[in-house]
Amino acid sequence: MAKHHISMTLNGEPTEFLCSTRQTLLDVLRDELNLTGSKEGCASGDCGACSVMVDDRLVCSCLVLGAECDGKTVESIEGMADGENLHPLQQKFLEEAALQCGICTPGVLVAAKALLEKNNNPTETEVRYWLAGNLCRCTGYDKIVRAVMSTAADMRGDAK
Amino acid sequence: MSSENRKYKWVGTRQIRPDGHDKVTGRAKFGSDFSVSGMIHGRVLRSPHAHAVIKSIDTSEAEALNGVKAVITSKDFKDQSSELKAAGEGMINYRDMTRNIMAREKALYDGHAVAAVAATTAEIADAALELIKVDYEVLPHVIDVDEAMKDGAPILHEEMVPSGIEIGGPTNIAKFVEFSLGDTKKGFDEADIIIERSYKTEAVHQGYIEPHAVVASVTEDGQAQIWCCTQGQFQVRAFVAQLLGMPTSSIRVTPSEIGGGFGGKTVVYLEPLATLLSKKSGKPVKMTMTREEVFRASGPTSGGSMTYKIGAKKDGKITAVEGSNKLLAGAFSGAPAGPACMCAVAPYDIKNVYINGYDVVVNRPKVAAYRAPGAPISAFGAESIIDEVAKELGIDPLKIRKLNAAKKGTQAAYGPTFREIGYEETVDIAMGHDHYLAPLGPNQGRGVASGFWFNIGGESSATVNINEDGTAVVISGSPDIGGSRASLALMAAETLGIDYDKVRPIVADTASVGYNFVTGGSRVTFATGLAVVEAAKDAVRQLCERAAKIWEVDAEAVIWDDGHAKPASSNVGDFEPLSLSSLAGQANKTGGPICGHNAQNVQGAGPAFATHICDVEVDPETGNVTVLRYTAIQDVGRAIHPSYVEGQIQGGAAQGIGWALNEEYIYNSKGQLDNPGFLDYRIPVASDLPMIDAVIVEVPNDRHPYGVRGVGEVPIVPPMAAVANAIENATGVRMSALPMSPPRLLAALDQADVKEAAE
Amino acid sequence: MVRVLLTDSISKSYTDGVSEFEIFVSNVRQLIRQLDEKYPGLGSEINSGALSISIDGDIYQDAFMEDLQPDSEITFLPKIGGG
Repeated sequence: MAKHHISMTLNGEPTEFLCSTRQTLLDVLRDELNLTGSKEGCASGDCGACSVMVDDRLVCSCLVLGAECDGKTVESIEGMADGENLHPLQQKFLEEAALQCGICTPGVLVAAKALLEKNNNPTETEVRYWLAGNLCRCTGYDKIVRAVMSTAADMRGDAK
Repeated sequence: MSSENRKYKWVGTRQIRPDGHDKVTGRAKFGSDFSVSGMIHGRVLRSPHAHAVIKSIDTSEAEALNGVKAVITSKDFKDQSSELKAAGEGMINYRDMTRNIMAREKALYDGHAVAAVAATTAEIADAALELIKVDYEVLPHVIDVDEAMKDGAPILHEEMVPSGIEIGGPTNIAKFVEFSLGDTKKGFDEADIIIERSYKTEAVHQGYIEPHAVVASVTEDGQAQIWCCTQGQFQVRAFVAQLLGMPTSSIRVTPSEIGGGFGGKTVVYLEPLATLLSKKSGKPVKMTMTREEVFRASGPTSGGSMTYKIGAKKDGKITAVEGSNKLLAGAFSGAPAGPACMCAVAPYDIKNVYINGYDVVVNRPKVAAYRAPGAPISAFGAESIIDEVAKELGIDPLKIRKLNAAKKGTQAAYGPTFREIGYEETVDIAMGHDHYLAPLGPNQGRGVASGFWFNIGGESSATVNINEDGTAVVISGSPDIGGSRASLALMAAETLGIDYDKVRPIVADTASVGYNFVTGGSRVTFATGLAVVEAAKDAVRQLCERAAKIWEVDAEAVIWDDGHAKPASSNVGDFEPLSLSSLAGQANKTGGPICGHNAQNVQGAGPAFATHICDVEVDPETGNVTVLRYTAIQDVGRAIHPSYVEGQIQGGAAQGIGWALNEEYIYNSKGQLDNPGFLDYRIPVASDLPMIDAVIVEVPNDRHPYGVRGVGEVPIVPPMAAVANAIENATGVRMSALPMSPPRLLAALDQADVKEAAE
Repeated sequence: MVRVLLTDSISKSYTDGVSEFEIFVSNVRQLIRQLDEKYPGLGSEINSGALSISIDGDIYQDAFMEDLQPDSEITFLPKIGGG
């Protein structure tokens, strides 16, 4: 079957690609567009390592077809930093050692950014439930949850 | 602690990890992120049967499919002799290994590889798998360790001769080990109370989020390059060389960033297949496991069936322990029965101990190492029964541990006499921790448990190159699984006397640094760290020699202090100190490049002890357990980078909580795995856990220049018993089998209610 | 005299149940040779890499080159790996 010709906005740039019907957005990002920051941990929407934003909605890119993305706006981990300036979450994750092996980190960061855009003052419980779809096997989540909450405080401008 | 830390400028500080920016921006290349030009894709055909004779395999239709470039089966691998060789983790039997990577006479577990295909696309490779005809003769199978040991159980390996035990006829018992100290009969005679119990733990998967992945490229002259996610590139090289009959020098293995391993990536699955497919097809071959394949065919750690018997005096002094640990090995021998026996009661000074262990084959994937292999299993039994003794005698569970604590000079039941250890310190801190003193609400309970791991040294090589601008590159061969590059750079900066951000650590491929044993056993910061410190000292020695040449004095007359060469005393002469960067800048004039080097088989690992406190709330309606609060106290020797030390402790505790409450393999009546995915194999998610308070205790190991013991293994040892003890404290119901999942706990609570009503 | 302690598994296999004895050696190379003379196979087993040696409480991954003190205490353990 002929491939689909898709146009979307990816990390702010107009992007075109060809994909087969069965290719997921994750396959497209990784295999067609050479953006390997989004990871495949399960391909079934359980681990969240492939989390991206599609039209401002947090999704597992392994559960979205590439062909569905025509005309959509997609943001992946590669678009999170602003030029040479890291997003405050990225900076905080480094400072507070909120990653160990780092495989879940892109998905966690994309998901956490989506949370803070909706809720700039989440409770610990809200952070934990929001990130419940992002599996991390290394950290026990402690430092991840703390980093998200302290980034939120920084972004609100709370005094430390 | 803090005053000691102040003697160091970098060791003990919380710096940003060298690989951090790559990892928060998506640049870091993990196993499956790697590609090379002209690459084709490999897939594996796996047995749907738990136990079956492979009568024949017909690959002709698959080979004929357009786009298929190579098909392999076990026939393409030479057979190996059955002999134990020291390589990788523990002893390796290559006869078993070649059968594990590709089934030969029989398929021994659901998911066992039986053939592999390389094709121009993964879709074509998948289609080709469906064209391979395997004629199986399905045999009865056995999944449970106790069932596998019974007379009449299906036998996996007719020819297997057990070691350490005489059994007439075929058996699934691969090995029997035993350890004793003193006289347990005498010990039980002295006891005022004796308790005997049975326990069971499930096999659990390491659960790394990154599936196994490899790209292999073999050129026409027989040179192989392999890029893969592994805890040991040198082990991959050794295993592939042996399995494919290639010289070691013709294989170069480059480790990618590794997305979790926990022991599960110390072995090979895809690497020899991809290498052979590449050799056969003449093209680079990429292979990646699906999550389902990871669960069906890789890992896990053993499940265990234990009995423990303990005797104690009224005052709480334990007089004797007897234990038996039957560990399932999966399809080939190799369950960590020895370490399970040795670790069980290692935190305690007990004069009379007898513990044995069985290594038992069953129709499951062959076990791989998982954090402190064996220790969490036996500790679940030992730490649960000690809790029962405490309760029976009305003694605080931490006080009974302190009363029996192993100290310097205590002879462990497994033989050696401990040097300086920090077990008692962890108990003392737990007793005074505000967590231990906090009030509990209804349906809530508190449990404690301790744990032990040896920690290991082993072979490490490192190079410290001084650059012309006064910066340094630290080259090691230990894959960085949780921040070890940061700890190596901190120790190098401390030793060289330069700033941390002037030190760049890299993990090198097998052709670029001397041999390194796997990242595992909590050895990297200790052993590779020691090699890095010695390599840095070698560079310092050269720097001092250069200063001596410039000053025209003896090299012995120059000392290294705070990043500068200085005259050892005023008698040497009045010379301005020379900085590392000034010496580096004129290295070309004073003798050429300055490269520090060290390679050794590092000895002197210092054991690790931990004590954990866990609070739970049990929902009596559903049996659901919520972990409310968790504190993990651990002697690490010295925390080089405290944040990543805490991270290891928190992560290990979280894995233990998952093992305690939810994780298990569910096999159907055909021996097929019914839960090969993260939805049904439930590892802890963020909302399942509280903050985990990691308390670092530092009783330095005097065999390491900065006192390191090791961190990663021991935090997974106490949690299962700590959670079980907390559940007992909350409900009065003692859970003796894992996982303590809602249906199982609810059934136990209901049974207790019925019993109570009857009484 | 160096004191040697053996686990049950090793003493059953090699020493007819003798689990503790003293031996006059000053390093591990000599120990391996003398053990092989006294208890055939034991020294080779140790030298094969299957066992770790503990000398005075320190576990050695490979102790082949180590010296022993007259009062050293030696035990042999299954080789320890880890995750």
